[in-house]
Amino acid sequence: MEALTWTGNVGGFLNPILGIFLLILLVGFMLQLISGLFIPSARGYDADGSLMEHPFTAKINLAVSISFGLFVGVSLLYLVLGMIFGLEGGGIVGGISKQLTPVWLTLILIFVFSVAFKRKLGLYGKLFDSPVGMVGLGLILFWVLVAIFGGIFDMIVTHNELSQVSGMKNKLPGTPMRGAEGTDFQYFLLGGDGLARDVFSRAVKGSAIVIVVAPLATLFAFMVGITLGIPAGYYSDPILEFGNRAFLIACIVGALFISLLTFLGAAVDIIILLILMVVLILWLLVKSSLDTVLSFLANLILAFPVILLFFLLVTPEIVKTGLPNYMALILFFFPVVFLTVLLNSKYHTRPDVRLWIVGGVTVLSMWVYLSMISEPDTAIHILPIPLDFISMPPEILVVFVSVVFVNSPTVFRIVRGLTLDIKSRDYVAAAQTRGERGWYIMLWEILPNVRGPLIVDFCLRIGYTTILLGTLGFFGLGLESESPDWGTTINAGRRLLSIAPIPALVPAIALMSLVLGLNLLADGLREESLRD
Amino acid sequence: MGIFLIRRISLMLLTALSLTFIVFVMTNLQPNLEKLAKTQGNFRMSEAEVSSYLRDRGFERPVTLKYGEWLGVVPSYRIEGRDGETRSRCSAHGVIQSNTPRYCGIIQGYWGQSWVFKEPVANVIAKRLSATGVLMLWVFLVMIPSALFLGVLAGMKEGSRLDRTLSTGAIATTATPEYVSGVVFIALLASSKFGLSPLFSSLGWSDKRILFKGSATSAAKEIPADYDVYWLPDFLEGFWWKVAEAPTLENFMLPVLTIALYGMGYIARMTRASMAEVMTSQYIRTARLKGVNFKNIVIKHALRNALIAPFTVIMLQIPWLLTGVVIVETLFNFKGLGFALVQAAGNNDIDLLLAVSVVSVIVVLVTQLISDIGYVFLNPRISIS
Repeated sequence: MEALTWTGNVGGFLNPILGIFLLILLVGFMLQLISGLFIPSARGYDADGSLMEHPFTAKINLAVSISFGLFVGVSLLYLVLGMIFGLEGGGIVGGISKQLTPVWLTLILIFVFSVAFKRKLGLYGKLFDSPVGMVGLGLILFWVLVAIFGGIFDMIVTHNELSQVSGMKNKLPGTPMRGAEGTDFQYFLLGGDGLARDVFSRAVKGSAIVIVVAPLATLFAFMVGITLGIPAGYYSDPILEFGNRAFLIACIVGALFISLLTFLGAAVDIIILLILMVVLILWLLVKSSLDTVLSFLANLILAFPVILLFFLLVTPEIVKTGLPNYMALILFFFPVVFLTVLLNSKYHTRPDVRLWIVGGVTVLSMWVYLSMISEPDTAIHILPIPLDFISMPPEILVVFVSVVFVNSPTVFRIVRGLTLDIKSRDYVAAAQTRGERGWYIMLWEILPNVRGPLIVDFCLRIGYTTILLGTLGFFGLGLESESPDWGTTINAGRRLLSIAPIPALVPAIALMSLVLGLNLLADGLREESLRD
Repeated sequence: MGIFLIRRISLMLLTALSLTFIVFVMTNLQPNLEKLAKTQGNFRMSEAEVSSYLRDRGFERPVTLKYGEWLGVVPSYRIEGRDGETRSRCSAHGVIQSNTPRYCGIIQGYWGQSWVFKEPVANVIAKRLSATGVLMLWVFLVMIPSALFLGVLAGMKEGSRLDRTLSTGAIATTATPEYVSGVVFIALLASSKFGLSPLFSSLGWSDKRILFKGSATSAAKEIPADYDVYWLPDFLEGFWWKVAEAPTLENFMLPVLTIALYGMGYIARMTRASMAEVMTSQYIRTARLKGVNFKNIVIKHALRNALIAPFTVIMLQIPWLLTGVVIVETLFNFKGLGFALVQAAGNNDIDLLLAVSVVSVIVVLVTQLISDIGYVFLNPRISIS
């Protein structure tokens, strides 16, 4: 069998057309930019009130728009024809497009419905007014769908992501699979990597890891950041007084913390240090504010270079000590606290439903919490196996925990700053006058009013988390060396970069496109939320 | 101002102490020490051998005591090992001599001995830091002028086609982490089989096999003995070699570009925002109404005020670039501080890791301080108290 070309038969007549349009587009674009420097952008308004452009600018703009439309149209034609003709007609691009058919169809369905009902969909619908936001959303949805169909339902992948096929080492894209049986997919669409595995299937499988871990880790970081950041911004006075109830609770929590560590077998000098630290924190909470303590801790973590923190936290030796499990114990507790406090403050005044809603959600989230932190054969194994429905592999847990840990101080600082800004507003003062309790004001008056910047930052931060996950993989930290996630694959591929660049290039571009999508979406959201 | 500085510096010291203590505790966890013993001794050591190796070198003592030693406030251990030799931290965990001091910590200026490089940490750090310094110098020389230029260009006509193009470009660069752009650059420009290099040489535009090198190792070459620049005084020649002669376009272009690109987008966006804000201010409108031409408005009136905010961003960008430096030094095989960090962490080289973290913490905290103080100097409307 012959190796596939990139565009197959379709390319025979489409490639020259695409080339011509691309050339026109580039020339037009350059002209547009250069002329923009010399020709004023607008010359005022004509009688109907529409903007008058310089005739040259108008012509160039029209030419660029048309050639851009044609360029995109021809590019889409490759995918559509590929979907129909597959490998034989469409070459590698066609083959990939055909494999991705379920993704394309779902994507089109989602877009058609969203555009049709965009006026009823709130902020999400408004996104479809901004081209930047739409492109961003498209990129993200593409990867989410690839992760769902490929990673979970095994639909897109052509080969097993771990199986090595002899003779396929570092082969070029489109090479026929050696020794393929009748039922096998006959080609390695994007070639083979250094261990003779299918690059295309690995990239698809790798997307699932990123798509699951990055948003979840960001969500957890936001829970931590919000639960700590809002009180830090809201209470500028000392929150504890000698002898009051909060002070006693804080003392008990501190004592429990220290006795837990003693029970776990910490050395004597460390325990003395911890006692000193707890006393210092209590003293600061009485004399100064919560903000002082939390901001110092946040700045402490932020002063760590991220990479050093990763090298210290995400090593097999540290996993052996169980440190990530203990960190998960603390970090994963914040969502539970957040949910409970959120609902409790809302239903505080309604004793009839309070017990059921708050109690039910607390029990449920505690169950999820325990089943997340508890894992057989690790430091923490609390829940019996039949009840333990989330099984988090230790290497995923350590990556997850370290990414949450790195992100939460930044979120804390953002939330704290926003709260400081908002807490002097009239509606907060009104709620205080009404006699609302602190947590109600923080979570039901302040939090909904800072959602705009938080949503934008959430998008950006998922992108940053994706980059962090890639960084971990790049240094071979955390996940196993055969894991198909993008960072690890880039790390494996970079050793032979100048001889066989494709195995590293594919996950690199995949990662970049996902992060770009998230950044564009954040930009679109910011633009649309500023508009009203 | 004086009180502000004292408060900030004492807070910095407290932060640095806490951070180094955390690093110390983490590197001194039992599994890490076992790894250290096995990589330094041999991998087939039994439990008892590991334990005696660690005991003889003073590792099996309370961690606070060891931290005190590292700081130089506690006298160093003197332990007579199973082999009858008396060792000390001050003699690089080797046999003590008659002139071995009692105290040796960073207060005394002793940074310890690197296990990986088998030489004093201070030497390793000095050598590596200067190499990384050269890299950063070139990164800044490329990044800051171009970022400011693009930012000003985009911000002077907000909403124009040029602005939108540059802004989208800036988003794209911030979405491209170093390990992606580095891989793309190497595949595109430094491969003899793929990308532009074979294309250029087949077209006859370039007589080189590859356009740029995918490795920057040669940029940190030792200075040759007969090196002489006739127009430079002798004491500057070493500096000149490091900064300008050893790094060439061929071996330094790609690493510098890779780091600069990631940082550039962010600075350019900040500059653009600042410039756009200044361009809508009253005094610019007055100048326009007065009839000053656009070029003069931008250069003489707007630019100075628009560059205050980016200054802070640039200073705070430095610690941000540290991760990028580590990635790029690993990817391009450049023997700088980041490369040392990777090696130190891989082998649990305690003293070297601590030294690297001290350096990076100092970089982070000092840049924060400079950005705060510099902001006040540049912007007379803000006062520190």
